[in-house]
Amino acid sequence: MPIISYLEAIRQALFDEMERDERVFVMGEDIGVYGGAFKATEGLLEKYGEQRVIDTPISEAAIVGSAIGASYMGLRPVCEMQFIDFIACCFDMLTNFAAKSRYRNGAGVPIVVRGPCGGGVGGGPFHSLNPESFFLNTPGLKMVEPSTAYDAKGLLKAAIRDDDPVLYFEHKYLYRRIKDDVPDEDYVVPLGKAAVRREGRDVSIVTFGAMVYTALDAATELARNGIEAEVLDLRSLAPLDREAVVATVAKTSRALLLHEATRTGGIAGELAAIIAEEAFEYLDAPVVRVASADTPVPYAPPLEAAFLPNVEKVVSAARRLVEY
Amino acid sequence: MNSPSEWLTDNEVLEMYYFARLAREIEERLVILFRQSKVIGGLYRSLGQEGESVATAYALKRTDAVLPLIRNMGALTTMGVRPREIFRQYMAKGTSNSRGRDLNIHIVNLPREGVDEPVVVGPISMLGDSVPVAAGIAMGARMRGRDLVAMAWIGDGATSTGPFHEGLNFAAVRKAPLVVIAEDNKYAYSTPISKQMAITKIDERAASYGVPHELVDGNDMLAVYDAAKRLVDRARAGEGASLLGVDTMRMQGHAQHDDARYVPPGMLDEWVKKDPLPRFRRALTEKGKAREKDFDDVDRLAKELVAREADLAAEEPAPEPQTVTRGVYAGDDFAVLRLEFMESPFRR
Repeated sequence: MPIISYLEAIRQALFDEMERDERVFVMGEDIGVYGGAFKATEGLLEKYGEQRVIDTPISEAAIVGSAIGASYMGLRPVCEMQFIDFIACCFDMLTNFAAKSRYRNGAGVPIVVRGPCGGGVGGGPFHSLNPESFFLNTPGLKMVEPSTAYDAKGLLKAAIRDDDPVLYFEHKYLYRRIKDDVPDEDYVVPLGKAAVRREGRDVSIVTFGAMVYTALDAATELARNGIEAEVLDLRSLAPLDREAVVATVAKTSRALLLHEATRTGGIAGELAAIIAEEAFEYLDAPVVRVASADTPVPYAPPLEAAFLPNVEKVVSAARRLVEY
Repeated sequence: MNSPSEWLTDNEVLEMYYFARLAREIEERLVILFRQSKVIGGLYRSLGQEGESVATAYALKRTDAVLPLIRNMGALTTMGVRPREIFRQYMAKGTSNSRGRDLNIHIVNLPREGVDEPVVVGPISMLGDSVPVAAGIAMGARMRGRDLVAMAWIGDGATSTGPFHEGLNFAAVRKAPLVVIAEDNKYAYSTPISKQMAITKIDERAASYGVPHELVDGNDMLAVYDAAKRLVDRARAGEGASLLGVDTMRMQGHAQHDDARYVPPGMLDEWVKKDPLPRFRRALTEKGKAREKDFDDVDRLAKELVAREADLAAEEPAPEPQTVTRGVYAGDDFAVLRLEFMESPFRR
């Protein structure tokens, strides 16, 4: 299998889906002629033309609103947010129009809104967001965030083929840093299914996105001291794979919930509630959260490093759990 | 014969009147049902705006797309939505288009191409949002090679929202077959247009987007039809988006609870004289296109139909509580779209 980057996997998924289904089209800011701020859509315009690769004004509400309208006409729009932070500008369209449409009138909205999320690259307060918590409390939306190139391609294909609105968060730190084996053949990674990235018996680290690598590095470190951590990559944030979360906690009896979004109101709170409701008897220790500090994402490298979770913080929390 | 309205047959002008009368009758029946506590939630009248709602929609084909607001009952009657559907919605019936999940005219119909029905996308309460969605319907239809013009209505208040401007600009850039009807009905809830914008002609909202725009007397149905028809034909010919401003007056409060005390004395009296329905009757009888008796017959027809339709809807069941979690996502056969249409006795 060819080894390609996470970013290239996203690009390939867009090509494949536009080739497979003429109803699929893409739109967003600077995605056509320029190929996108991160080049995720490079080459699409040349191949599919400007009717299916649409450079838009800086109008996120118009991008998502018109995607909703086009989806009503049987199309499969894929919208790019240049940075996922800008999804705040179309929050209303997503949470009020797209999310409620099927429930209200049976009118499905098969759109994908994708864009680069996450920090660690000096993006500062407006180019580093992890927005999943904004949407977790909105029934009607689905959310995914791949951590591997394989998943990046397979989840994007699944999202485009899904009949509901899917928010697809791609971690910009992984774009060019992560490369793995990705088949040329068609495949999808089903929505709502987590993946165990490392088996272990002592503590479960439940995470997703770029934090999967932080968790794996922490697991390697912990193993030096005889602690075997299991790493569960959620992949989908809505719907959550509750069974996989309960299964790993049942196995290790200790849960460390790790995410890059800020701590208060983060998805770890929901995961902790699921564990409390469905896996309480298995626990040998309290559930622990490791997440970013409750501040906007700071810019300067020492500040951002202090803000973000890291291997040291995860190792320290895991040790506390095991020693409890 | 330069005005499109001069091409309207005698039958067609009676049909326009019928759709406007039907809208008014439906709402008057809803007032009764509201007072009987059979209407759930608020009731929003379009009194005084039935004429422009009908005359704009009448410029469309039956298979075009409409994105009406709450006060465009006339657009729905014109597109052939069965009155029973309106009553089902307002009475929160399980048989309604939203199966009791949403209010009033928050209805949707998405026929496949070739089905002789309009695309209907009712408003959501974030009012500017319909404009980008309408732009997407227009763009999407064109991408599919479908002959469709989208018409979206928006009130003076909602022209202050970002989505209105984003949507109109994007439609203009893409030359989408979209006609926006911007209604200056004098008040957005209690806020007069003077506090909404520093221009006095609402169509100037479109001035910076490079699209044709004009303002018409919204209570003159023939004038509204003429302007709308030109813009619809233009959109259908691939010449792009446009905006029609209509000068009208919301003759009642925002909803039934609102006594509209903020409207200065005398203003309503002035506008009563401009009521679009009697005005249309006068114009047509003077032109010899119809007789008083013809209009009286239409009044009776509309009244009888509305009474029957309201009674039918009133008998229908409320939604079953156990359905509350159904149909949030796909893969649940509960999520079925249904909206009934009926032919007008005048046939278009």
